[in-house]
Amino acid sequence: MFDYAFLILLLPFLSAIVLGLFGMKMPRKVAGIIGTCVLGTLFVLSLYTAYHYFFYTGEYTAMGETFHVTDGRLANGTYPTVTVFNLTWLKFTELLTFNIGFRLSPISVMMLIVITTVSFMVHIYSFGYMAERDENYKFEEYEHGFQRFYAYLSLFTMSMLGLVVATNIFQMYLFWELVGVCSYLLIGFYYPKHTAVHASKKAFIVTRFADLFFLIGILFFSFYVGTFNYDLHANPDLVGKLTALASNPALTWVLPTSLFLMFIGGAGKSAMFPLHIWLPDAMEGPTPVSALIHAATMVVAGVFQVASLLPIYVQFGAQEQLHWIAWIAAFTAFYAAAVACAQRDIKRGLAFSTISQIAYMLVALGVCFYDSKEGTFNSPEFLHHGGLGYMAAMFHLFTHAMFKALLFLCSGAIIVIIGSNFKDYMGGLHKYMPITNICFLIGCLAIAGIPPFAGFFSKDEIISACNSLPGVEGQALKWIMTIVAGMTAFYMFRLYYVIFWGESYYEQDPENRRRPQEVPFVMWGPLVFLAAISVCAGWIPFGHFVSANGLNYDIHIDWSIATTSIIAAVIGIALATWMYMGKKQPVADALQRTFPRLHKAALNRFYIDDAWQFFTHKIVFRCFSIPIAWFDRHVIDGTFNFMAWGTQEAGESIRSWQSGDVRQYAVWFITGTVALTLILLCLI
Amino acid sequence: MLFALWVAKNDNQVRGVMVAGSTALLIGAIWLTVYFVQQRNAGNHDAMLLANSVMWFKPMHIAFSVGVDGISVVMILLSAIIVFTGTFASWQLEPMKKEYFLWFVLLASGVFGFFISTDMFTMFMFYEVALIPMYLLIGVWGTGPKEYSAMKLTLMLMGGSALLILGILGIYYFSGAKTMDVIELARMHAMPKNIQNIFFPFVFIGFGVLGALFPFHTWSPDGHASAPTAVSMLHAGVLMKLGGYGCLRIAMFLMPDALTVWAPVFLVLTTISVVYGALSACVQTDLKYINAYSSVSHCGMVLFALVMTTQTAITGAILQMLSHGLMTALFFACIGMIYHRAGTRDVRYLGGLMKVIPFLAVSYVVAGLANLGLPGFSGFVAEMTIFIGSFENAGMFHRVATIIACTAIVITAVYILRVVGKILFQTIPNKKFYELHDATWDERFAIGCLIFCVAGLGLCPLFFENMIMDAVHPIFDHIITYVPTLGNL
Repeated sequence: MFDYAFLILLLPFLSAIVLGLFGMKMPRKVAGIIGTCVLGTLFVLSLYTAYHYFFYTGEYTAMGETFHVTDGRLANGTYPTVTVFNLTWLKFTELLTFNIGFRLSPISVMMLIVITTVSFMVHIYSFGYMAERDENYKFEEYEHGFQRFYAYLSLFTMSMLGLVVATNIFQMYLFWELVGVCSYLLIGFYYPKHTAVHASKKAFIVTRFADLFFLIGILFFSFYVGTFNYDLHANPDLVGKLTALASNPALTWVLPTSLFLMFIGGAGKSAMFPLHIWLPDAMEGPTPVSALIHAATMVVAGVFQVASLLPIYVQFGAQEQLHWIAWIAAFTAFYAAAVACAQRDIKRGLAFSTISQIAYMLVALGVCFYDSKEGTFNSPEFLHHGGLGYMAAMFHLFTHAMFKALLFLCSGAIIVIIGSNFKDYMGGLHKYMPITNICFLIGCLAIAGIPPFAGFFSKDEIISACNSLPGVEGQALKWIMTIVAGMTAFYMFRLYYVIFWGESYYEQDPENRRRPQEVPFVMWGPLVFLAAISVCAGWIPFGHFVSANGLNYDIHIDWSIATTSIIAAVIGIALATWMYMGKKQPVADALQRTFPRLHKAALNRFYIDDAWQFFTHKIVFRCFSIPIAWFDRHVIDGTFNFMAWGTQEAGESIRSWQSGDVRQYAVWFITGTVALTLILLCLI
Repeated sequence: MLFALWVAKNDNQVRGVMVAGSTALLIGAIWLTVYFVQQRNAGNHDAMLLANSVMWFKPMHIAFSVGVDGISVVMILLSAIIVFTGTFASWQLEPMKKEYFLWFVLLASGVFGFFISTDMFTMFMFYEVALIPMYLLIGVWGTGPKEYSAMKLTLMLMGGSALLILGILGIYYFSGAKTMDVIELARMHAMPKNIQNIFFPFVFIGFGVLGALFPFHTWSPDGHASAPTAVSMLHAGVLMKLGGYGCLRIAMFLMPDALTVWAPVFLVLTTISVVYGALSACVQTDLKYINAYSSVSHCGMVLFALVMTTQTAITGAILQMLSHGLMTALFFACIGMIYHRAGTRDVRYLGGLMKVIPFLAVSYVVAGLANLGLPGFSGFVAEMTIFIGSFENAGMFHRVATIIACTAIVITAVYILRVVGKILFQTIPNKKFYELHDATWDERFAIGCLIFCVAGLGLCPLFFENMIMDAVHPIFDHIITYVPTLGNL
């Protein structure tokens, strides 16, 4: 039934190749249209797949396996894990083969929807964003490199889709590297700009550094488990192997270690502290790219990875590591929220907000636990306690992708009009950009967690999940997350007010400054579409589709928790309104004056970047690379040159022996003969 | 064989002959590949196909015996591709074109001869044939301190061959065999253990010098930096692979027992090569030096995988030879073309080339990405096979070495991106660069072929892997019979 699935990977790949090779030959517009049409097709295919996967009744076969489903569910009430195809790509040993395949599970189907929706919107939106405009914002021509841009976008979409449908961890790693490169290429899209080049380099190297751990984790995992597969449902034999491994007392360290190493890879992509430093700089890329890659899809790859491996974490003794993940994420959430409060660049502000929200998802995954008293992993009880976080994280991933893409695209619209990222040039835009204003407001309300917008529901589930973790740990996490929710509301509304309210930059000097105006339809169309999703997404019965054990789960709101988080959000908004609503911002300025150090530290992201810079430049470069290069040129090379010199010198000195002087030869000859005779005589 | 025909034809040469010759060679190599696969599919499981032997020098039992297995077939294919593209890359070479190509062809025939021989002494002879033209090619057509580099390169490699001939004679005498044939010798396996221990390092280091084994790699940066483009391509692309090939074919295959003693030592040296080369590349300012150190690191990876002695790792090593050969040829081709235009290879004076010579710049980025192991290109396949294979060696010592070697993938990213960011992106520092013209058709053709091969190997690796695995299998089985403690579970 899903026979067409190979198209989902093939189409964007072909489109990337065609645009990459022949793009420069075709008119810019044609290239853009090809890319967008392909994405439109993918979007439809994904919806179709999702519809069939979740609602089909009857039976179908895939890879020789037959599934009898009613409303998409198998007889035991779970959704099937369908492997559509699985090709051998590389054979390492008889056991370890590297397959490239296509597998549908509830979360991968959800990711298909998220990726294609956002990507499609971004493709359309870029027609407006990636254009050169004259004084009056009138369209002139698409930007230089427009074709290249669409080629990269197609390649990225292909890689990201390949990542989420991976049948094994190595396939995930392969596409993981590919999305990293796409991200590198797209951040450095404006390559004549020094900052863009620097940022792209930083993004690639930091994530590559993290990927190193991912790779080592895979090496450990594959060696001891004997396979790259990770899906317990699709590979029934895997449970046996993992159980054997986990119960071997000499090897109990293997699974936790390898899983945590893999998580470090995920932490790099998902920008967890202290590997988050690349994400804010990645905002040098074009804004649609920030929306697609650095907000909605690629950066949640780490979350997706942990979620995919979660059954192994909880069932095979890596609980402790999950809790570490939760704490790392909780700290990151708090840290990023604090930094976001002080940013002047609106995109960087949003970037820190992304870090903070992704951390929410990882906290939710981290509080998953497995209580043997509750029976097996597949029991219904697991859903309401240990497995709640899984559902919550995926739900938040979904809603966050929508509203964060919305926020980024809105900020892109503002940047097109204003021509700068800095809040100082904005202010009072609500009069000039009404649609963007409303859309941005919806995004803010959604992220702040105000009902009935999408963010409220998913965030509430996350905090409930923290609450269900027994002991002090759960309570502590719950309160941290609630406080961060308040901070989120504060910094988002701070951003909202300084952009759309307050003193207008244009009105200060209307003669010499451009009058802002609303963006064209190709840009606000996607905004409205995403805004509509951000409003409604929360009402989707998400637990019906995705849950820890695949069974149906009705989301119900625990009002005792919801109320607290709503209050926190409202306080945050109120505070922001009080501080930033007016034309002048006396309170904010006063605070900044009172705590100059704190403000400066937050503005400079608490100097984490500088610490890394110090580490890489001063320590790695100065202490390793340069001395090694010196050592190579002087010591090792010197040794060989010395040997050559020595040979030459020896040759020089021996040369005088070959004097051609017969008398000298005669002397030597006689001396030699006498010496030999003497020696012989002595020996006898 | 093909090369003999070609050398003969070359005497009345022009470019046309060169193109015809190299095309014939390429077609021959492709035919050989197809034929080989057909034979294997038809169930022909001889160790060497197309085997032939003519006695050459009776008293020493030196025979001109040839034959190919999966490894040699892919190496021949690689060499043919590089010679073919190298011809196009040196299209515009000016002084003494005829002599240049003559030496170039001689070098190539040495390489081909080496890969097809199964007789130790013939192998050694071809190895020497490949080395000598190098001296002239660099000394005459090179750039920079070319005499010094040519001298250094030749002397160091000759030093290597001195060790090698000692090793070969050692094997010959102490195994008491009446043959120099590698397969025969391996089958007899008559060398006493302690003698193996003595001669193993001779052969391994002898070939290791060519394979840029630390600390015998210092000829590589100078040699590559001074060599003309096509020679760099052929040298780094193919000649350095002779080292790895020889280490496997002679040192490890004939003296497996010695591995128990020497593997840890060479493991340390090769691990150092891998990381050390990469770290040194980070701070170089000459593009060719960067690539030469990167070759040290990547070729170090080949030897590293060999001494890991697991089947997957050895397969990975061969894949890495193939992949590195193509990638580095691509790299040197791009560097040569950029140098030809900009007149400098110094990273500090270059910049913003993407604007003026987009084709070359994009090729450079592709080469860089392939080098740092981007999936879809050959580097990824080879490196992953090596890492997975090395990890199968369960010793703690080997594990640590593998993890250290893995860090090279990060360091590689650092030096590649540093250069790409510096020379291709950002602003143009020198007004002169605005007048540069992009690649001509011959250059585009050469680069296009190489990119096609790199991507081909990266996208469908299974075909080559099967071929290589097939050849590695008997060699590995042979080694493991004598040292069962090594590597495998």
